[in-house]
Amino acid sequence: MLMSSPTKMRASITNGVTEVRALMQHEMENGRRKDEAGKLVPAWHITEFKVMHEGRTVLEGQFGTSVSKNPYLGFRFKGGKAGDRISLSWVDNRGDKRSDEATIS
Amino acid sequence: MEVGIDLERRKALKTGGGLGLLGLLAAVGLIQPGSALAEWQKSAFDAKTMDEALTALGVVVPESSAAIQLTAPDVAENGAVVPVTVESSLARTEQISILVDKNPTMLVSSFVIPAGTEGYLNTKIKMAQTATVIALVKADGKFYRVSREVKVTAGGC
Repeated sequence: MLMSSPTKMRASITNGVTEVRALMQHEMENGRRKDEAGKLVPAWHITEFKVMHEGRTVLEGQFGTSVSKNPYLGFRFKGGKAGDRISLSWVDNRGDKRSDEATIS
Repeated sequence: MEVGIDLERRKALKTGGGLGLLGLLAAVGLIQPGSALAEWQKSAFDAKTMDEALTALGVVVPESSAAIQLTAPDVAENGAVVPVTVESSLARTEQISILVDKNPTMLVSSFVIPAGTEGYLNTKIKMAQTATVIALVKADGKFYRVSREVKVTAGGC
């Protein structure tokens, strides 16, 4: 299995609101596509993710196969400050998982 | 002759075995034909849309809300990457889900919004064809829904 790539994430604070933009790196195969040999490519996609800030969850969710390749998320939360770390972790339907961090600027 | 026998046989089946469950129940006094079953639900059977049918059957269908903004392009050139933004200013927005009515699987993604996180999400979805994108928002325990049509030039599911 290929190693997964880190989530690209940026977080910046304006007037007490932290805006997070995250780009997870994942194929998000829907399970209906055929490869060059005509064989069905099995579904392979992120199923769950969670974004944490200082020990609390600021966003979590579940994905199906209709989420675009390399899932993008933009959201906003209150209570962050510059220099704080946030982390985004995900797990896919093969059980592969990873967690990446960013600093609020 | 053959025909005659056949008819007799049918008649026997009809009178003998045709009592059926309803007749049987009526016979033992459990129901009275024509009155004991719940009233025929005219409004439900007359319904022309799923929502009308559900409402007529007593199901709570999510209301629309002007406090939810669903932003998506009118025309998406590439169905593999369609940007969608949902913004809810409803108090205690606790869940946002995105659905596409004509995708092979309807539910795209579902998000839990904890207290302190805004009812705002920007994401990218796949669309197989021209379809209705639906934002389903749960706020203070109640479901709301807004939708908009997105024309898809090249499907990307």
